[in-house]
Amino acid sequence: MKDVKSQAAKASGPGKQGGLNAEIQSRIGHQLRAMYDDVVRQGVPDRFAELIRKLDAPEGGSGGAPIAKNDGRE
Amino acid sequence: MPLTDSLRDDILASVPSLRAFAISLSGNGDRADDLVQETLLRALANIESFQPGSNLPAWLFTILRNLFRSDYRKRRREVEDAEGSYAKTLKTQPAQNAHLEFEEFRAALDKLPQDQREALILVGASGFSYEDAAAICGCAVGTIKSRVNRARSKLSALLYVDGAEDFGPDDTVRAVIGGSGG
Repeated sequence: MKDVKSQAAKASGPGKQGGLNAEIQSRIGHQLRAMYDDVVRQGVPDRFAELIRKLDAPEGGSGGAPIAKNDGRE
Repeated sequence: MPLTDSLRDDILASVPSLRAFAISLSGNGDRADDLVQETLLRALANIESFQPGSNLPAWLFTILRNLFRSDYRKRRREVEDAEGSYAKTLKTQPAQNAHLEFEEFRAALDKLPQDQREALILVGASGFSYEDAAAICGCAVGTIKSRVNRARSKLSALLYVDGAEDFGPDDTVRAVIGGSGG
């Protein structure tokens, strides 16, 4: 997060771009993180915990998740 | 690597930030959760290709980002419609300054070119390094840096230059930044 600040400071360096100042940049960073963290704080919805649990459990039938075979490429 | 318990836990632990990334990209909660679900299914189906010890969040973000981009092309028109309804929402809530500001920010973010928006979110909100963000977006580090800078310039122009006279946010700006204003 201090990375963001130093970037903001850089962008508003002397004579770089008239419209950009450090106050505005830190405000943008703050709003961006507020929006993002608001969602992060909601945690893991049941839907996804369930999904991962289900896929992990061995399923006898044909309804199991298809597991892509990867031939060691990459 | 095979899906071990600890890997599964790590994937689960990434879900909150995957959702935040998806919502930031798409601006739509339902669609974002569909994106996250698709991401998890792909990740689990291709888990063998994940290299143990490499950056799991970056791997998952890459999958989500690629899904979003292929999906985005199909839905472009819907996104443009959504922008119109944002403007209507703003006009009906003139009194709630903080909320208005948030909506305004959200709407401005949606106006950024997609490349710039994702770069800004990855670096400025998700906390990825420029290097990780470049790997996620499949471009050079310098490209990410310039996208982030352009995103910031454009946001500040949208929010604090053009809009300044219309909304007169000075007092609010000061209150938020200063926090201790009397």
